[in-house]
Amino acid sequence: MALFEATHLHKRFGDQVVLEDISLAFEEGQVSGIMGPNGAGKTTCFNVLTGRYKPDRGRVTFDGEDITGVAPHRIVAKGISRSFQIMTLFDEFTALDNVVMALPSTRRRGFDGLHALDGDSAAQDRAAEIMGRVGLKGREGVNAKSLSYGERRALEIGVALATEPRLLFVDEPTAGLGTEATARLTDLMRELKRYTTIVVIEHDMRFLFALADKISVIHWGQVIAQGTPDELRANRWVRRSNIGELANA
Amino acid sequence: MTLPAMQYDRRETTAWITRPILVMAVVFATLPLWIETVGLYQYLGVEVLIWIVFALGFNLLLGYTGLPSFGHGAFFGIGAYAFGLAQFEVWANLWFCLAAAIVVTGAFGAVTALFLAHRRGIYFALMSIAFGQIFYFIASKWTDVTKGEDGLLNIARLPADFGVAEVSIQSNTALYYFCYAVMMVLIVLLWRLTNSPFGRTLRAIKQNETRVAFIGYPVRLYKWAAFTLSCGIAGLAGGLFAMAQEGAYINIMSLQWSGTIVLIVLIGGGFVSFWGPVLGVILYFVARDILGAYTEAWLLWFGLMFVVLVMFKPDGIAGMWRGWVAPRLRGRGATTPAPRPAESRS
Ligand SMILES: Nc1ncnc2c1ncn2[C@@H]1O[C@H](COP(=O)(O)OP(=O)(O)OP(=O)(O)O)[C@@H](O)[C@H]1O
Ligand SMILES: [Mg+2]
Repeated sequence: MALFEATHLHKRFGDQVVLEDISLAFEEGQVSGIMGPNGAGKTTCFNVLTGRYKPDRGRVTFDGEDITGVAPHRIVAKGISRSFQIMTLFDEFTALDNVVMALPSTRRRGFDGLHALDGDSAAQDRAAEIMGRVGLKGREGVNAKSLSYGERRALEIGVALATEPRLLFVDEPTAGLGTEATARLTDLMRELKRYTTIVVIEHDMRFLFALADKISVIHWGQVIAQGTPDELRANRWVRRSNIGELANA
Repeated sequence: MTLPAMQYDRRETTAWITRPILVMAVVFATLPLWIETVGLYQYLGVEVLIWIVFALGFNLLLGYTGLPSFGHGAFFGIGAYAFGLAQFEVWANLWFCLAAAIVVTGAFGAVTALFLAHRRGIYFALMSIAFGQIFYFIASKWTDVTKGEDGLLNIARLPADFGVAEVSIQSNTALYYFCYAVMMVLIVLLWRLTNSPFGRTLRAIKQNETRVAFIGYPVRLYKWAAFTLSCGIAGLAGGLFAMAQEGAYINIMSLQWSGTIVLIVLIGGGFVSFWGPVLGVILYFVARDILGAYTEAWLLWFGLMFVVLVMFKPDGIAGMWRGWVAPRLRGRGATTPAPRPAESRS
């Protein structure tokens, strides 16, 4: 059985059907890709999978446990984390404190109202290590809002990683990045893959095809194709759409 | 560049007593000695201290958690009534009555927070106004308990019983020093709280509630706790105020006073600084007594000052301090080493 399974998900906003009978499965240790045109429902799908929205119908299981409609913070505690397409950093904190905030050790003492969080050097060391891993070594003391765009993207992933997830959802990590930064991100994801299961939404086909073990194509709120990068290149749906052209480019 | 909101040097955030706390302690300890020489009067000092307590508790919501509570005056009033009723109906003991004011008001806050904790922004603000009005309405109609428009009269300034000795706080000066002690203890505790993991979580919620949920924090529970705590502190201030005024009156629960505390905290810079509420309260009362000596319409001038400030310096007085004065002091100061980028956390 796959680590994470979603079956027959439906989601509508008002009378707009955004997800229509979506079923997905993500295998442990793999990178699963999700692609599809703008407005296809990819981010909404993430939102339903990570507890931000309840699906109207359907079921989500993680490690055999039903987590449909469970609140986000509970889902995080079970070992699922995500980064956001629209960045969601704490701009008034330093980069390091963004990561410190997300550590399970900080969360466990979240109702400690007496002791200084700044005095927790173990948490700071751990956070600095994570920052090093996402390529932000030396930027610890900089305020999040003063980081460059690419650094903020990296920090966004660092924060998601800091919760020590077994499964990491990443929404369009390369958006707005240059080729060099994208290449660095590819390396990072390859390394993360060694100890985390990853699901990534991506428009950048080169990035996705280089990385993913399996890719699902979402269009009009449905999964229209699924397979390994090689299988997808041969798929008639994909070939007929411009997605296929990009993939073969 | 100005410091981000509520950010302080690591040496301050890990300490129990900081330099600003010492300044507070000294200034307010000596205030009764000089307040009359500058043409003001002892009772004003009592009012200032009580409102500082109220404002600091309020800023836990507004400045730290980013929750605009526009009905907070109601909780201040509930504290005053609770103090009076505890004194008349249960046990006329200072500690008991203050505890009652805190606990009863905290309980009202806790119930209110159940309806507010999942809201944010304008919806939170509107709901908080609605609840404030409900409590005001109940207090004004439930005359058996609150004595309606007349108010709860003859609330005593109960002696402070320390077991070995009993200290009277009858005089304005004695009451002043009692309120001073309460305020200083509260300031130290709030300084710790705001720099603790709990306080950091509130600051994170202010910046991005969704993100906080997605790194695993039960956001509603934190908001509920912050609201309840803030109401408990408002109750404490209300209890002290009942002693100061020797009565509990309905007008304090009106929308006007709820608005005033928002104004005070914003002017002072509560959005960016722990000390904003203190500065705001001082400015407000000094303005009231100095402008008020010249013109009946002093509140108009104060309001205009508010408008001007919001237009040009939305971060208030504390914001100006953090933007201009503090960096200059630091630039000059031999005491503060230049931050090393990798290690410094300031
Ligand atoms: N909270 C919401 N309320 C109403 N409509 C929504 C909401 N969230 C998403 N939608 C709609 O659902 C559709 C799918 O949006 P979604 O963000 O999931 O697309 P996407 O595949 O992630 O697109 P993109 O590639 O541009 O990020 C869009 O039409 C969007 O307007
Ligand atoms: Mg999207």
